[in-house]
Amino acid sequence: MADTPKIKLTNVHKAFGANQVLRGVNLEVGAGESVVVIGGSGTGKSVMLKCILGLLEPDAGSIQIDGQEVVGMSAGDREALMHKFGMLFQGAALFDSLSVIDNVAFGLLRAGKVPRDEAYRIADQKLRQVGLGPDVGKLWPSELSGGMKKRVGLARAIATEPEIIFFDEPTTGLDPIMGDVINDLIVECTRDLGASALSITHDMASARKIAHRIAMLYKGEIIWAGPVAEVDRSGNDYVEQFIHGRAEGPIQMELKA
Amino acid sequence: MPILAPIGRVFLGFLAMTGRLCQFAGASVSHCVRPPFFPRLVTHQMIEIGYYSLPVVGLTAIFTGMVLALQSYTGFSRFNAESAIAAVVVLSVTRELGPVLAGLMVAGRIGAAMAAEIGTMRVTEQIDALTALSTNPQKYLVAPRILAGIMMLPLLVLVADIIGVFGGFLIGVYKLDFNAVNYLKLTFEFLEPLDVISGLVKAAMFGFIITVMGCYHGYHSDGGAQGVGKATTNAVVSSSVLILAFNYLITALFFGV
Ligand SMILES: Nc1ncnc2c1ncn2[C@@H]1O[C@H](COP(=O)(O)OP(=O)(O)O)[C@@H](O)[C@H]1O
Ligand SMILES: [Mg+2]
Repeated sequence: MADTPKIKLTNVHKAFGANQVLRGVNLEVGAGESVVVIGGSGTGKSVMLKCILGLLEPDAGSIQIDGQEVVGMSAGDREALMHKFGMLFQGAALFDSLSVIDNVAFGLLRAGKVPRDEAYRIADQKLRQVGLGPDVGKLWPSELSGGMKKRVGLARAIATEPEIIFFDEPTTGLDPIMGDVINDLIVECTRDLGASALSITHDMASARKIAHRIAMLYKGEIIWAGPVAEVDRSGNDYVEQFIHGRAEGPIQMELKA
Repeated sequence: MPILAPIGRVFLGFLAMTGRLCQFAGASVSHCVRPPFFPRLVTHQMIEIGYYSLPVVGLTAIFTGMVLALQSYTGFSRFNAESAIAAVVVLSVTRELGPVLAGLMVAGRIGAAMAAEIGTMRVTEQIDALTALSTNPQKYLVAPRILAGIMMLPLLVLVADIIGVFGGFLIGVYKLDFNAVNYLKLTFEFLEPLDVISGLVKAAMFGFIITVMGCYHGYHSDGGAQGVGKATTNAVVSSSVLILAFNYLITALFFGV
């Protein structure tokens, strides 16, 4: 084994009661690679990410990080493993009770590997990297626009220089221009860190921009995966329908009563 | 048996909920005594719970003391037993009404606020973000609140005791024409240390109940703004009922025959 994948999911299952969300997901993310998982709303993209992060426990299957099995890991080991991860949440999930700069410095302060003033210096620099001036650091999350929140969330995710970064619908809820700015920042930040990235989205423009490889999740399984250049000639009807956003096709929207 | 099935289901649901609650409380308590500690968060919560509850607890206590003196006068004057008024006031306030009324007022103020704050953090993924930043949310959010609750409620009740007795004193001296020195003498003649101590033990227990219920319902809220509203209501109702139940239990333990 020359290079173990950073993330490897094998046959991951997860159900909530009778609702079978993941039915055998297989996915690999290599070192320095950016994989984007696409799929409709409610197909279980966020559930998949939460299983990898350990926020949800899969019912069956294996998840390996750097070749290490993480399903059923002890809480202490899990906390140590989290240092490898950075995550940008869908709604940014900034802590309301902390100022912007404290949000960005949070991971550094908690890890305790650098002194306080150094942590704040790094946080300042990360804010600059996502295009926010030092005056923004003193603001509170409630004073920020949606785009600024995403930027701060990104700065917080990269502050501890993680090896693997997760992005949950990074452009959802933003206007197309701000969405593209965030895409550029994601590409730039992951490249600078040399990190692996796993993103989920239903925004094809965003997927094309940040992905090396695209995988499509449908009915709890990865039904297609391939390099981003091949997504337009996948030969897969489901992928075709999704990337062109057609109402007609094999994918039928399940409208629950 | 079509009648037994739903009854059984409700009963099992109740047992499952009690089990989850005990597990949550146990885990949270164990986080209270294991490092790392967050003294700044504890201090913040102590100010929130103790200092800012002073006005409402004080007002409740003074009116309670006043009405106790007035009502016991109506009763005791029929038997020429007015000298028992001071004893009735001080014993009722320190043993029962001080802890119970302070507990109920703080449950409405603090339990609701905690459930709303933590519930909002749950539905906006801030609790997941804490985990992703290598921070145990029970240790960071729940443990400081429980510690502050256990420490501050006894102090609040001590203040309520003093103000409640003072309320009775005001009515006794200015409305019922007692001699001030005489009223105070009667007050302390009947007071035993155990009367006050049992009230403070109750208060610590109520502080635990209020904070655990507030955090538990917030922590397990789902379904957006509506879910947070429901969590808030449940926190106040369940902690109020538990306060009254435990009040009886602790009274029976201290003074039961
Ligand atoms: N904690 C949970 N409890 C119960 N059901 C859940 C939970 N999280 C997600 N689900 C269900 O899993 C399905 C997939 O959700 P999600 O992963 O959020 O979709 P998306 O692909 O849009 O991110 C939905 O049907 C949702 O109702
Ligand atoms: Mg999602």
